[in-house]
Amino acid sequence: MSIRSEPLVRVALPPRRAFSLAGWLDREAVFGWLMMGLPLMFLAALVGYPLVYGVLLSLQDRVIGKPGHFVGLKNFITNFHDPVFWRVAVNTFIYTIAATLLKMVGGLALAVAMNQHFRMKNLIRALLLLPFIVPTVLSTVAWMWMLDPAFSVVNRLLIGLGVTPPGPSWLGNPSLAMFSLIMINTWRGLPFYGITLLAGLQTVPPELYEAATIDGAGGWHRFRFVTLPLMKPIILIVTLFSVIFTFADFQLVYVLTHGGPQNATQLFATYAFDIAMGAGQLGLGASVALTMLPALGLLIVALTLYMRRA
Amino acid sequence: MVAGRGRLARAVQVWLPVGFFLVVALFPFYWMAITSLKADSELYNRHLMPLLLRNPTLKHYIDLLTQTHFLLWTWNTMLVAVVSTAISLVLGVMLAYPLARMRFAGASLIAMTVAAIYLVPQPLLFIPLADLINRLGLGNTLTAVILTYPTMLVPFSAWLLLGYFKTVPMELEEAARIDGASRLQTMRRIFLPLCTPGFISAGIFAFTLSQNEFLYALIFLTKSSVRTVPVGVIAELIRGDVFYWGQLMAGALLGSIPVALIYSFFVEHYVAGLTSGSVKG
Repeated sequence: MSIRSEPLVRVALPPRRAFSLAGWLDREAVFGWLMMGLPLMFLAALVGYPLVYGVLLSLQDRVIGKPGHFVGLKNFITNFHDPVFWRVAVNTFIYTIAATLLKMVGGLALAVAMNQHFRMKNLIRALLLLPFIVPTVLSTVAWMWMLDPAFSVVNRLLIGLGVTPPGPSWLGNPSLAMFSLIMINTWRGLPFYGITLLAGLQTVPPELYEAATIDGAGGWHRFRFVTLPLMKPIILIVTLFSVIFTFADFQLVYVLTHGGPQNATQLFATYAFDIAMGAGQLGLGASVALTMLPALGLLIVALTLYMRRA
Repeated sequence: MVAGRGRLARAVQVWLPVGFFLVVALFPFYWMAITSLKADSELYNRHLMPLLLRNPTLKHYIDLLTQTHFLLWTWNTMLVAVVSTAISLVLGVMLAYPLARMRFAGASLIAMTVAAIYLVPQPLLFIPLADLINRLGLGNTLTAVILTYPTMLVPFSAWLLLGYFKTVPMELEEAARIDGASRLQTMRRIFLPLCTPGFISAGIFAFTLSQNEFLYALIFLTKSSVRTVPVGVIAELIRGDVFYWGQLMAGALLGSIPVALIYSFFVEHYVAGLTSGSVKG
């Protein structure tokens, strides 16, 4: 009897296992943190540290090639009294709001147009996304040529339609330069909006439209009361994305106008670049760039929380 | 008759808006292409109808390839894009796998932080980074951009992969764990091979983003021999107030081709990634 029962007891009450490295490594928390250690250190070194260092720089009179001294809020006060800085703030808001609204409306129109049945849809969808995937700088150079003061194809077409030569100076006139930037930003960003919203449209159950039709809803009412409410989360996410990256846009402006004429198209990013890289005033430039932080920070937190909920 | 008019109305309803969007989206590329193929005499002649191409010539392409460092820039761009994409995929997996599969204190905070870092635009970072790269003595080296591109690509890949990983069923991994495989073995041998579509999506995006990057390349690479295509085209083909439009358009077109080619092969993956990234979060 004792011979038979002994193994059973052992199975039921195994002796406490000695510490095993393999077992320890397999614990979820240990494995997880070890795995994430390298990427997290990388991000801490090249995103976290620069962010903090940027704040420190903005409080210094640092110039390229010289050590800086702590000057408190002097840079921010300089900005406050700089008329160009306020011009830049207004430009950035106009640019962001106008381009985002255009992309939102145009993107919805594109999504609705693409949500019909027709041939070669996948090919057309691929072609429509081209402006979004081609490197911005390269397509912007093409636009620069299309709006060239002497040989603008846009103006030559407009003159053909009866506009008095030489036609508008798209990049030379302050208001038109801003207008051109907004249009080109829209041209590039619209496909992203449209194709993302199209994916959202396709998730709307057809029964809802049928039910609405039976209830007597016409095309506009179906769009307004069925499509739009269901699309609200996607529209919100895409819009926040677009606002963040339009607000901090650099490439398009740098290539097309360099912020000119007379700072009419200067945005926070390009102005910070001019001050820090052009004039070598790292501290002052950092303070201009940091001015974007409150607005961007709010947007980023809002979008992160919203995506987590969705 | 009525049926015929109905079909016509439907065709107009489909092709009028779709055609409009197509023409607007593609005209700049058409204009790039025909400009790059026109001889200067035709290009700068205001009496000719600009939309047509009369005597195509490859002169601008030959000049671009022989008189500038365009081929070298293309090589640099490819090298940087491939290496930083590879780094980003590896680091992205290391972040996304534990976050997708394990429960531990702090996991959701890390996931949110990664998403937030993805949304931090470069203009917030470039001034301190420029100083940092200078102090490290990495100015005018490709290492400078290979190190900094992943600051945007890692969080992005991690975020995209995290979404993809969550859609892969757990049964196979559980079976492997019961058979005694360690977590690392389970991840490498069982899980990762199942995720090829996710890697393709993340890889194409990372590759496209690195080809598109301009600000860091502009600041860190000031010598012609280390430049990437976007910076080379802007800094060296626009010489003072003189524009070489034929060459510029040839460069813009050639520079777009690698991205467009990769994109055309994997367009379904690209669209899937695009829509999952923002739709599913």
